[in-house]
Amino acid sequence: MAVLNPLVAQEPPLVQSKRPAGVLMGALGLWRTRIGIALVAFIAGIAIFGPLFGPHGPADFMGLPNQLPFPGSRFGTDHLGQDVWSRFLDGGRTILVLATSATVLGLVLGTSLGLLAAYSRGLLDDVIMRAMDVILAFPQILLALVAISTLGPSGWLMVLAVGLTNMPRVARVTRGAAQPIVERDFVAAAEALGVPRWRILFGEILPNVLSPLMVESSLRLTYSIGVIAALAFLGFSTNPNGADWGLMIQENFIALVVQPWGVVLPMTAVALLTMGTGMIGDGIARAAAGIDRSRSGE
Amino acid sequence: MAIAQSGSPSGKAPTPAPGGSTTQAPPGLAVGGSAIWGFILRRLLLGAVVLVLVSIVIFVATQALPGDTARAILGRTATQASLKALREQLHLNEPLIVQYLTWAGGLFRGDAGTSMAAQEPVTRLISDRLVNSAFLVLCAGLISIPLSVMIGAYAALWRDKTFDVVTSLTTLIFAALPEFVVGVTLVVLFATTVLHVLPAVSLIAPGTRPWEQPVGMILPTLTLVIAVTPYVARIMRASMIEVLESDYVEMARLKGLSERIVIQRHALPNALGPTFQVIALNLAYLAGGVIVVEYVFNYSGIGGALRDAVSNRDLPVIQALAMLIAGLYVVLNLLADIATILVTPRLRTRL
Repeated sequence: MAVLNPLVAQEPPLVQSKRPAGVLMGALGLWRTRIGIALVAFIAGIAIFGPLFGPHGPADFMGLPNQLPFPGSRFGTDHLGQDVWSRFLDGGRTILVLATSATVLGLVLGTSLGLLAAYSRGLLDDVIMRAMDVILAFPQILLALVAISTLGPSGWLMVLAVGLTNMPRVARVTRGAAQPIVERDFVAAAEALGVPRWRILFGEILPNVLSPLMVESSLRLTYSIGVIAALAFLGFSTNPNGADWGLMIQENFIALVVQPWGVVLPMTAVALLTMGTGMIGDGIARAAAGIDRSRSGE
Repeated sequence: MAIAQSGSPSGKAPTPAPGGSTTQAPPGLAVGGSAIWGFILRRLLLGAVVLVLVSIVIFVATQALPGDTARAILGRTATQASLKALREQLHLNEPLIVQYLTWAGGLFRGDAGTSMAAQEPVTRLISDRLVNSAFLVLCAGLISIPLSVMIGAYAALWRDKTFDVVTSLTTLIFAALPEFVVGVTLVVLFATTVLHVLPAVSLIAPGTRPWEQPVGMILPTLTLVIAVTPYVARIMRASMIEVLESDYVEMARLKGLSERIVIQRHALPNALGPTFQVIALNLAYLAGGVIVVEYVFNYSGIGGALRDAVSNRDLPVIQALAMLIAGLYVVLNLLADIATILVTPRLRTRL
């Protein structure tokens, strides 16, 4: 249900289906989008190419634990005496891969169900959307924690859990944007021509809801990064012995007073990354006419 | 069950019939008094159904996944005897439906089983922590609810003015940050590295209550406020803009009423409904946020307990806490929906 109750709310402004390419060009003209892209590119670059530039192996012991920077170790050592800088450069891949996969999974499932719900109307619509409401009752991190509680923190399980919690949020957006579209003449025309249902959904309706979906995907990516990083921070990482930004923050948090770098470096990276994806999303939302630009919903 | 969503087109649930939107008053005008009670009754039933479904999801995710649950919990080194004991404790030998009914029936009677780590009834284990968490959420809620409503409402009123531009940019940035990043940053800034003015941990000595050491409450509360306020303020702004752009506010303006009257008599009363949704959303978000924030500050509450239980694979505790947090979400939204109906100005004059 909406923040605005149906009894109070006004009819939403009809979404003018701007061409997705036009929306993207419009978004690129905004400073916030450009800054967002720069931030994401910078951090993703570190995550992807960083491992190639680590001066030491991420698991090499450099000396005593929790030492401040000294020659040969630019940012000092971590709680086990490993090089903070090398581990930082090595620790971004997991979070990036898991968060992106969870976002894509949520987008694929949510878009399909949202389109199907809007197109079918009636009972199937109700059943799908009430099922989505059940998943929405779980804060994202809660469902992920419940899912990994028995089987342990494996990568596929985290992707599945976070992807599943992304799904209902995407489905709502898709359904809302598709509802006015399914009433249009070209859909009726396609039905009359006997076009198969899946082709009507993905060939006729989907192209008209891409703009809100682009906004939603950047939002979902922002929150997925947050949840995956938070899980690692809580100690549930796919690779407990490896380098992982969320896990690094947890491991070195206890020694924050003597050696802040093991916490500050990965934390800044996570912060800049989520800020970047958030700003890109806001830029796209502003560029897409008819979508409330202040949307930040979870 | 309604989880409040922002003011995007998708956020609207059942859209009123196209013909109904041309009236000057909200589309609900055609609904009669008995229809409202019918609506509330339907809502309550739907809420109960959602709670049952939520419990099924929790049960399936924890206890009914393919594979040997007992071995998954105890690990490869478990002895036959301990496996057998665990299977008996959780009724793992019985059919899934019996397992579920045993567990759900127990919950319904207020018996959440026995913690495997502490060998204590779950309810006794979490009752103190529940009070601590509730106090933390209360503190954060008392600050963040008025703050987010104010920021959102003023940003909508002064749309595109300096206040709006500044708050929209700051809320955008803060809304994107994960809670633990906010919490750890506050610790770095105020407790360990930059300044040393506040405690980095909020340890609550056994037998004491969090309000006996208010200084320790500052950082956890502030973290939650910073995490939730931007998010809710942005949604509040969107709802307020919708009200301000509605037909009845435009009508009031066209009648030549002063802006003050328009806002006081027409816009604000109609923004009240959404406010309940905002409060529910706020509290529900906080209930999820405590999971991470309590861990950051070593605060003894249900969030920290959940993290420890997942770490120990303490199934009864995980199930009870997950049910508690998700159930709170459902109940809060239910209450917000009903409150919204009851305060809608047109309905108030009718009752």
